[in-house]
Amino acid sequence: MKKILEVESFSKVYGRGCPRCFEQTGAEQTNICPSCKSVVAAHDVSFSLHQGEILGIMGESGSGKSTVVKCLYFDEEPTGGRAVFYDNGHQHSLFDLNTAKQRHLKNHSFGMVYQNPHLGLNFDISAGGNIAERLLMSGNNHYEKIRSKARGLLSRTEVLPERMDEIPKTFSGGMQQRVQIAKALATDPPLLFLDEVTTGLDLSVQAAILDLILEIQQELNTAMIVVTHDLGVIRLLAGRTLVMKYGRVIESGLTDQILEDPQHTYTQRLVASAL
Amino acid sequence: MSVDAILNVENFSKHFVLHEQDKVIPSSYNVNLKVYPGRLTALIGPTGAGKSTVLNGIYRTYLASSGRILYQTAAGHEIDLARANDHQILELRKTEIGFVTQFLHILPRQKTEDVVAQPLYQRGVSKEEGRARARETLAALNLPRRLWSLSPSTFSGGEKQRVNLARGLTSKPRLLLLDEPTASLDPLTTQRVVKQIQKLKKDNIAMLAIFHQMNLVEQLADEVVELSPPPAENGDGEKI
Repeated sequence: MKKILEVESFSKVYGRGCPRCFEQTGAEQTNICPSCKSVVAAHDVSFSLHQGEILGIMGESGSGKSTVVKCLYFDEEPTGGRAVFYDNGHQHSLFDLNTAKQRHLKNHSFGMVYQNPHLGLNFDISAGGNIAERLLMSGNNHYEKIRSKARGLLSRTEVLPERMDEIPKTFSGGMQQRVQIAKALATDPPLLFLDEVTTGLDLSVQAAILDLILEIQQELNTAMIVVTHDLGVIRLLAGRTLVMKYGRVIESGLTDQILEDPQHTYTQRLVASAL
Repeated sequence: MSVDAILNVENFSKHFVLHEQDKVIPSSYNVNLKVYPGRLTALIGPTGAGKSTVLNGIYRTYLASSGRILYQTAAGHEIDLARANDHQILELRKTEIGFVTQFLHILPRQKTEDVVAQPLYQRGVSKEEGRARARETLAALNLPRRLWSLSPSTFSGGEKQRVNLARGLTSKPRLLLLDEPTASLDPLTTQRVVKQIQKLKKDNIAMLAIFHQMNLVEQLADEVVELSPPPAENGDGEKI
């Protein structure tokens, strides 16, 4: 198994920050620095990810779990730390790249599926157009090829190809997520970020989306980081899991171990309160 | 014993520390056992002796509190499963170590034959071959053919258990852990399971098993290890 991503001592502070931010915040305290009122969204987060592996990041709202993937996907800028993406023998130090290189990775090597489809999709253009947009950005410009690839992706994610020319607004929430997944997969990225992708969908739709994600992982050997507060999603998808609280990783391990034999007080409470 | 053990558990102990309740629950205490290729070691002992805990500790669903779990890999290395890193454990689970638990966690939409073939798919076996091997085991365990293409989520307890067992048996790991694999099966089906386990022995698979029924231990075990409940800790040692 080859490493695809290595994150070391990642941190993200919202606000001006002060020298006492890190010592005065943490899992046992709060994520708001009492001295300068900055929010320490994440601090000292380290992990590695292998090709084709699904890593879960679990925690409640405000734990910093989404911040991690947002920074890796260049939606936000980190405050500190290092992240190295390994790509066919090349190493990219993610936080040191210029905007052009960032955009290149986003268009070619990374995929992102957001909880809110408005963030991942352009609601003014058709489902097929959304996928075409991503293919165009990654250098494809043959009209028929783009269209047939879009059709293939939509049928793979179980969106009726007949509806590819409709705008996402006319789709149900579950369908919009499928279109987002299809769009993210358009360039066959080796790394996919999934931020609360099933939150807010009804149970049968959730199950179908999770199933689709697993199938994709097995077919394409896509590495994924799955951010969720849902223990069920973690159990079904992730081989390993990080548990975050107030911006810190308080526990990490094999997912079944985290769920069956949690070590940290917080994780024990979390697992005990789940169904 | 002329053959070397594939698994050597030394002084394994496990207690659960419950922070909220401020309690320590002892589960397994000072367990020693060996498992050999082509042979079955049976764990026996009263409820509360920590039998399942030992299996969970070997599979690393539980973290050992102390002791060593030495496993000889196919590549000839010795790995302490209690301390190996998570990626090493995941790789071993994928290729060498199987676990038939009493519970089946599955995706609601997946067909039974795919659930069973899942560990094979993960190793890169094709859909056709995976399904063919899954069907073979499902037939051997007498799961009605009409169920094979349905999802097990609506199956009865005994049917689910057979699916779970089929999954463990089909993947033919080097080391197979079995936690009461016949607990909810009728005597006839149980005998089919016995046959399958005997077959696995011929395939040189090492097994560590907990059986509900003593007659199965007599039929199948080459080694028997008896566990006794751990001594009380913290003055009470009460069970949940």
